[in-house]
Amino acid sequence: MSDYRVLAGPEAFLPPSAAVMGIILPDPGEAHIEGTIVPEEEAYEHCAKKILEAKVPTIFPGPLVLWKWNDHVAEKAQAIKELADEAPMRLIPMADYRPKYPKIEYEVEINPNHPNLTIWHNKIDACIFVGVHCHQANLALKIIRGGTNCYTMAMCAQAGHEDACLSFRDASAEKIKKLTAAVKKLKSQGVKSQAVSFTQFKMDRNGLVVSDAVVEEYENAR
Amino acid sequence: MNKPVGTQKRIIASKHVKLGQKNAKGQTYTDINDIFYNTEQKPVFFTGSEVIKEAIRRASVGTSVAYPITPQSEAAALIGELYAEGYLDEYFRGESEFAVMGQCAGAAFGGHRVFTTTAGPGTLRAMENFPMWAGSRLPIQVCVTCRGINSPLSIQPDTLEIHYLLETGMLVWHAETAQDLFDYILKGFIVAEQPDVHVPIAVCCDGFFVTHTKDTVELPSEDLCLTPYDPYKSPVTVMDMESAPIRMMRDPFVMKSNYISYATHASWQQEVQSAVERSRKHTIPMLDGLIDEINTDREVLVVASGTAVSQSREAIRLLEQEGIKVGLVKIKTIRPFPKEEIRQATKNAKHIFVPEFNIAGWLAREVKAILPDNERVYAGPHVAGGMTMPSEVIAEEIKVHLGIKPSPNRRRP
Repeated sequence: MSDYRVLAGPEAFLPPSAAVMGIILPDPGEAHIEGTIVPEEEAYEHCAKKILEAKVPTIFPGPLVLWKWNDHVAEKAQAIKELADEAPMRLIPMADYRPKYPKIEYEVEINPNHPNLTIWHNKIDACIFVGVHCHQANLALKIIRGGTNCYTMAMCAQAGHEDACLSFRDASAEKIKKLTAAVKKLKSQGVKSQAVSFTQFKMDRNGLVVSDAVVEEYENAR
Repeated sequence: MNKPVGTQKRIIASKHVKLGQKNAKGQTYTDINDIFYNTEQKPVFFTGSEVIKEAIRRASVGTSVAYPITPQSEAAALIGELYAEGYLDEYFRGESEFAVMGQCAGAAFGGHRVFTTTAGPGTLRAMENFPMWAGSRLPIQVCVTCRGINSPLSIQPDTLEIHYLLETGMLVWHAETAQDLFDYILKGFIVAEQPDVHVPIAVCCDGFFVTHTKDTVELPSEDLCLTPYDPYKSPVTVMDMESAPIRMMRDPFVMKSNYISYATHASWQQEVQSAVERSRKHTIPMLDGLIDEINTDREVLVVASGTAVSQSREAIRLLEQEGIKVGLVKIKTIRPFPKEEIRQATKNAKHIFVPEFNIAGWLAREVKAILPDNERVYAGPHVAGGMTMPSEVIAEEIKVHLGIKPSPNRRRP
C-alpha cells in the first residue's frame, strides 16, 4: 500500500505524479481524499468543509461546462452557479487550453499551462476543477500542487484525478447539488464561510470585463 | 497502491449507447466482459496473422492504414479483405511506415478507433510518431510482429524493437501465443481507450513463430463485436487547432523560454507516464494479472516474455526429468512493467534466468533494475537475428550456471 499523501503544496520543484506514487483512482461510488479511497458520501462533507474554511474558495469551470454542447451541461452549469452562490465561491473560468502569451489575464482566467499564476495572484487557497478535460486538469493540478499551497479538488465527469487533493468521479448535476447541500448543511449547523468578500467579475460575449469594481482593480493592477 | 486491485473484479462495463445494437454487418455491439467471459469460445486452427484478422473483425475498428510489411506478417493484407467485406470504415495503404503512423494519428484525432501493424525496420522508421501519439493521448493500437531491425535484414523473430518502444509513453504488451495475441488485441483496445488511460498500445508478438505458424485458438462468435470507441470520453479535446498538442506543431509553447512552459512539458510527460500506470487497474482484471506464475516458490526461476516463455516451459519440463526444479514467471505487460508483481514472485528465488530473443538483453536489465539482490539475475541465454532458442539451450545454460554441468571454455561474464 502506498504511504504517499496527495496534500496541498508547495511540494517540489517538479512534484511526482500521484499515479506513479501508487495512488489508484476510485471506483464508481467512491472518491479519494488525499489519496485515500473513501465512500463518495464522506467526500461531500470533507469538500464542503474545505470550501467553507478557505479565504478565497474558487471554482474553475472548464469548457465542458462553459459551453452548452448538450442539455446535461446546462443543468450542470446551473448547479455550479448555485454552489458558487451558496458557499460563496469565486468563479474563474478555464475557457480553453491555448497557451496565453505574452501574459495570462490571471484576474479573470486560469490556464492549464501556468495555473499557478492565477492561484498566486488571487491568493486562492481552495479550488474545485469542474468541466476541464482530464489531461489538462491533471497538468494544472500537479503544477498547482508543486508550487502553491492551494487545496485542490476535482468534480470529474470521468474517472477522477489522483493529482487533486480530493476527487469525485462520474460528476453530474446531481452530485454538484449534493455538494451544495453539504455546504448548506454545515452552514445550518453554524459553520461560517471564511471567504473574504469579493465582487464576481462578469464578461460579455466579447470577453470584456463589465464589472466596474473589477475593471478598476484590474486597471490599478496594470 | 492505495487500494488492492484484484483479478476477480471485471473491468467496468461499457455504457456505450450502441451496446446491444447491431452494426451494418449484423454483429451485435457487446461488452468486452461478455465477449470473453459470458459467451462460448470455439476452437479454430489459424496462423497468427489470421488471428489478427479475426480479432479486427470483432474490434469495431474505424480506420486501418497499412504498409504491406509482408513477408513478416500478412495481417495488413488480411485486414484489407475485412475492409472489402465491409467490416471497417476506412482502409488504405501508406507510402511508408512513417506516413502510416501519421495517417493513423489523423484518423484518431478525428475520433476513430485505429489499428495498424508494423515490424522490425518499419517500427524504427515509424518511431517518431509513437511518442507523438502518446503525447497527443491517441489510443491507437499497433500490432508489432517483431523481427530483426539491423542490416543484414532478417524476417525471423528478434525482440530488439520492443526495447525502443519502452519509453515512448505507449502501453507495451507481449503475447506468447496466437491466443494471447487475439485476446490482447481486443482487450488492448478497451484498456487503452479508458478515459484515465487513453494512450496508444503496442501489442507485440514474436514474428514468424507466432504470425506464420498455426495454433489452436479459441474465438468468440464472429456475430459479436466490441462497442465502438467513444471520442467523448477522451481526456483531451478531440481536435483543436488552437490548443496543444496540435498547436505546438505551428507555435511550440514548449519552446518558449520560461520556466513554467518547461514545467508544463514536464507535467505533460508525467501525465502520459501516469496514464500508463493507471492502466494497471484495468489490465489486471482483463489479463488475469500482469504476470503468470508457475511454481514461484522454487529457488530457481525463469522470467521471460513472448515465445521465450514457451521455450522455457519445455526447458523446465526437461530439467524436471533430471530432478532440477525450476519455476516460471511469464511477463505479459512490459509497459506498465509489473515491478511489484515480479518482486513478490521472485522473493524466494536464489537464481533468476532471463532468456531473450535479442542481443541486448533489455528484459534482464528491466528485471535487474527493480529487484533487490539483483546479482541473482542471470541475463541469458540470448539468441538474436532470428535464431531459434531450443529448450535444450535454456536447460543447458541453467545447469552450467548452477554448477551442475561443467562450464565450456567461453562463457558470458
